[in-house]
Amino acid sequence: MKKIDRSSKVRTGFHQAKWDEPVIFELTQPGERGILVNKADAKVAASVQGTKVLPEFLRRKVAPVLPEISQPRVLRHYARLAQETLGADVNIEIGQGTCTIKYSPKVNDQLANLPQLREMHPLQDESTCQGIMEIMYKTNQYMCEISGMDRFSFQPSGGSQGILAMASLVYSHFKARGEERQRNEIITTIYSHPSDAAAPHVKGFKIIYLQPDKDGYPDYEAFKAAVGEHTAAFFVANPEDTGVYNKNVLKFTKLVHEKGGLCAYDQANANGLLGVTRARDAGFDMCFFNLHKTFSTPHGCGGPACGAIGCAQFLEKFLPAPLLQFDGKKYYYDFQTTNNTSAIGKIREFNGVAPVILKAYAWIRSLGPNGLYQVAKTAVLNNNYMFKKLMELHCVDAPYIPGKQRIEQCRYTLETLYRETGVGTADIQRRMMDFGMHYWTSHHPYYVPEPMTLEPTETPSKEDIDEYIETLKYVFDEAYQNPKLFKDAPYRSVCHQLDESNMDDPEQWAVTWRCYLKKFH
Amino acid sequence: MSVKGFKSHPYIPNSVPEVEQEMLREIGLHSIEELHEEVPDEIVLKENMNLPEAFGSEYELRRHVESLLKKDESCADNLNFLGAGCYQHYVPAICDEINGKGEFLTAYGGESYNDFGRFQALFEFESMVAELVDMEVVNVPTMDYAQAAASAIRMGCRVANRTAVLVPEAMDREKLAVIRNYCTPDLLIVEVAADAGTGCMDLADLKVKLNENVGVVYFENPAYLGMFEMNAREIADAAHQAGAQCVVGVDPISLGVIAAPRAYGADIVCGDVQPLGIHMNYGGGQCGFMATMDDPKYVLEFPSRLFGICRTKEPGEYAFADVAYDRTSFGHLRDKAKEYVGTQTALWGITAGVYLATMGPKGMQEVGETIMQNAQYAAERLAALKNVSLRFDAPVFEEFVLDFNKAGKTVTEINQALLERHIFGGKDLSRDFADLGQCAMYCVTEVHTKEDIDTLVSALNEIL
Amino acid sequence: MKEVGLIINPVAGMGGSVGLKGTDGIVDEAIRRGAKPKAGARAALALRQMLPMKDSLQLLCPSGEMGERLARELGFDTKVIYGCKGKTSSRDTVAAAQAMADVDLLVFAGGDGTARDIVSAGVHCTVIGVPAGVKIHSPIYATRPERAGELALRFLHGSCHHTREAEVVDIDEESYRNGRVRTSLYGYLNVPDDRDFLQHGKASSPASEHAEQESIAAEMINRMRENVYYLIGPGSTTRTLMDELELPDTLLGVDLVCNRKLVQADLCERGILQRLDEREAYLVLTPTGGQGYLLGRGNQQLSAAVLRKIGRERLHILATREKLLHLEGRPLLVDTGDADVDRMLSGYARVIVGVMEEQVCRISGE
Repeated sequence: MKKIDRSSKVRTGFHQAKWDEPVIFELTQPGERGILVNKADAKVAASVQGTKVLPEFLRRKVAPVLPEISQPRVLRHYARLAQETLGADVNIEIGQGTCTIKYSPKVNDQLANLPQLREMHPLQDESTCQGIMEIMYKTNQYMCEISGMDRFSFQPSGGSQGILAMASLVYSHFKARGEERQRNEIITTIYSHPSDAAAPHVKGFKIIYLQPDKDGYPDYEAFKAAVGEHTAAFFVANPEDTGVYNKNVLKFTKLVHEKGGLCAYDQANANGLLGVTRARDAGFDMCFFNLHKTFSTPHGCGGPACGAIGCAQFLEKFLPAPLLQFDGKKYYYDFQTTNNTSAIGKIREFNGVAPVILKAYAWIRSLGPNGLYQVAKTAVLNNNYMFKKLMELHCVDAPYIPGKQRIEQCRYTLETLYRETGVGTADIQRRMMDFGMHYWTSHHPYYVPEPMTLEPTETPSKEDIDEYIETLKYVFDEAYQNPKLFKDAPYRSVCHQLDESNMDDPEQWAVTWRCYLKKFH
Repeated sequence: MSVKGFKSHPYIPNSVPEVEQEMLREIGLHSIEELHEEVPDEIVLKENMNLPEAFGSEYELRRHVESLLKKDESCADNLNFLGAGCYQHYVPAICDEINGKGEFLTAYGGESYNDFGRFQALFEFESMVAELVDMEVVNVPTMDYAQAAASAIRMGCRVANRTAVLVPEAMDREKLAVIRNYCTPDLLIVEVAADAGTGCMDLADLKVKLNENVGVVYFENPAYLGMFEMNAREIADAAHQAGAQCVVGVDPISLGVIAAPRAYGADIVCGDVQPLGIHMNYGGGQCGFMATMDDPKYVLEFPSRLFGICRTKEPGEYAFADVAYDRTSFGHLRDKAKEYVGTQTALWGITAGVYLATMGPKGMQEVGETIMQNAQYAAERLAALKNVSLRFDAPVFEEFVLDFNKAGKTVTEINQALLERHIFGGKDLSRDFADLGQCAMYCVTEVHTKEDIDTLVSALNEIL
Repeated sequence: MKEVGLIINPVAGMGGSVGLKGTDGIVDEAIRRGAKPKAGARAALALRQMLPMKDSLQLLCPSGEMGERLARELGFDTKVIYGCKGKTSSRDTVAAAQAMADVDLLVFAGGDGTARDIVSAGVHCTVIGVPAGVKIHSPIYATRPERAGELALRFLHGSCHHTREAEVVDIDEESYRNGRVRTSLYGYLNVPDDRDFLQHGKASSPASEHAEQESIAAEMINRMRENVYYLIGPGSTTRTLMDELELPDTLLGVDLVCNRKLVQADLCERGILQRLDEREAYLVLTPTGGQGYLLGRGNQQLSAAVLRKIGRERLHILATREKLLHLEGRPLLVDTGDADVDRMLSGYARVIVGVMEEQVCRISGE
């Protein structure tokens, strides 16, 4: 046997698991069952009427057409689907820019699965929940220290709901002053997440967008023209997805305050700032963190998650109820804010996604203040290292502040590549999968042409980053040598290139198996 | 210099000093302090944050968290009769096995090429829930029942192009608070009185409040206080006659035995799949859904993602992708509300799919029957206790309201006494429904044995 | 069997290589300078992509270099529906386009000038432009000839069946050759609305361009006051507004609306000035002509005198984000021919980009 050749980092032999697994309904074998269900005790069954108490119209006449499958086959089905999913556990996560896909420590998952959390009912007597309440209370304190805010609520269960909670706080603040009709505008930037506009709409706010100036900062002159007596709040991320930190942020928050508005910080991009700088110090009155991003809790294919919202003390009275308090001896829920007619009331049922909060708690405790600072520094180091290497490539560029540092991610442009080869960012995205790599373009519309958004958190090693860069280079070379190759990529994924032409057509779309059978059989 | 990092941390490979130096050199810097040069000095932290130092080992961390959680008393070690939106059902082992798989646990926002399995599993979730609720379109799940109801209400108002909403007065106050926050200031939420005897919606009051502004009439079946909505058909008919949409909330685990709401006139169905194979998680297992028929009028109003089956360029091959991705919520000129989509509860959706595939039609029917039998048995035995009665006179699914007003003790006192016997008594309704006085809502499911129920009965007998 | 029209402007693109900016009106000069025809080769790149469907297509072409020769060369079932005589001119393009008004798809190779000819032929079929000219400012062109062919294939297959209107704009070549850029809007053509054709895949939740226009229209209608005049300027976004109001629209002209009713269509400058005396009036504008011109390109009836009378406060500007994006940070432009009025209009303004959504944009005189 020859020595194994490791001269190239690129995984040219990669192929994703592909099982050709049928849709679950196709696995039905009438009579098979996946589990035996607890029956009522014979004496119980004999003494009551059961479903016979139901009026005729409430009785189900035809059983739901669910699949009938034995347990091993159900397991195998889902195990195969899991293999056909590129989770962060199996992949170098650099390519899902803005999503802060970092290592989710396994010990935290195990802790969250203990019955003392998993088997807890949210309405249990407080005396029986002191453990989880302590964890939530302390996580709140840590978040306050990290952001400079005075109080956090964990009810928002995702980033978008976090933004809704911020918009709701803004609404409450002005409602309490009788100004909710006058203060009806929220200023944000075109680079902000689409939810920075969509969520405030739900609270009746008008959205005013700012364009970036030549440095990628929100255009201050336009901002001055926009801020006024109708301004309820300024919603902004810093850095934005470009990775450019707005140096003048204090100037912006100061002006908003002078005009009577509030400042809300979308901290979805906080990973590069832990222990380095804080929301409150930059002049913000409220902020939210994605615990499923910055604080390591697993993304779960898109939730459950938490968009923890924090605010300054003067807004605390509007936070969703209840607030968790500590009287020196025990933790308890405080429903005071329910009496405040201007307050939010509730963003979510019960008290937030406890397992997610626990995992964030454990993560913070495994790092401490030095570790969190190291997270930010390494994330920024990784990004700037990658930035330097990629900017050396002829076909890669990045708008704004040339020669300066980025924070934790960067939105690059492949315009040159596209112009010279006809291969665009969407083609690269598909081709990167042939090497087992995620790759993300940008939200729409594309303000940066042919965008590529990469975020190497603190998780990947230098080796991993180099592999990602080598793979990108390999793919760019392919684009120059054989652009045709990209037309049908990917070749080594679970499926070939999608033909989405039926997805907008009511005659052809099929959101469920039932629709599919109706339309195509 | 007083801010320090953490070298060679196991979660941070490049915190190894040599690697860090090499990478710094590569970008022309000498120390990590030279990073963040774009952050103005006046807002840079000069000291380490005031947080507890890191644990020295994973073992210490584990011991610490375990010691905190040991302060908790769980429903595994106590007898629990709390429900009220979060339910204790048996979670088949296979559900935890699948949602614990690292690939599902740690995937996020890839395309079908990356996350084929995630797309398929969620398509299957949509498909199986659709069978359960007898609808054709179901969304990739949203936060919880309350969010699903709030979105369904907004959808219904867009379809009807109206701005008033009627909801039952006897509904979950927490859910109502979520709905109010989500719909204010665009929509007006009006409560319809409940019939004092049955707790069901008061039809006379409904008819008084129905007018040409009402876009949605919302009710639940079973209702929050446990009883079936006996006037469901009449409510739906009245809503439709007034030109309003009928939105119905369900408990999906009841639908093996209970008619799907479409049978009595629902236009939009919503609910929470937490009962379907998801642990209570102290309220963290909630997972909402909406469902409609496959009519573009409704489909285009969904604020959530909808995964559909899709062709590929390879003849005969299929994949999954977003249906009507460009859909906006601008169905009508006067509606100003565009909703949003984001990270919600996908992993619980996959889990609920596993549950439904495992239970099958037979399992869902059986679990429904068991629950109803156990609940009826418990209700009858408890109501037979001295000075205790059932507050409402209508058939229930798994929850019922016990009236303790004649017991001479408050629910707080009773629950405290039960707690001493390791029993979590029913939800105290005196705060949310002051008119009811001292009433508590008990929840009994298939996890309760006859002995469990008898234990509760004798405990209450002792206490009272 | 599907019918596909094919028109090649054989002289398109010849000017560029010899330092002329376009060939409109100066073909002979280009040839004298040694320019070689290129459009045929560009068209061939596109047509080759369509060969897989060869057996189910019939190509309708003008004779010779304008289509026939290439179609036959590639082996397509070819039908000549218009005979060119001698040197071809834009008149041939117009006539040929009119002769193929009922085709399933019209593929043409040329530049902005060619697109103008197609517009002036008044065709309503779906078109795809193969970029072959020097001036390619109209977004009806695919990014590359091959992409045009691919898109045609997808469209004919039925895998892309939505269409949208795209602007046909052109630069006045005479002034362009003299170093000045003046673009004008000449009309709209239907193009396939394909995600790839638009040069980007999909993202979180983009509204399609038309949905965005509808949303903008909805917002504008929400803002309309009673008993006040609204002058509706030219453009497809303002046209959507008129559609939503269920009123007929003059695409390239100015219409007057009051209380959701059309008061007068296609007003000239004098007409507008007279109407301005009658009651308070607002002007609803959208940038046209590809370069962000609000005024001064294709809407000469909105003169300096008109603007002075209306005033800056009574201006509503509508634009899709897509359109603002293409400005790449450049300001919206006004060129009323009166420096004072241009100055009055300059500064930051709020552009309506959707229901309850505005973008702060700078307006500038030249």
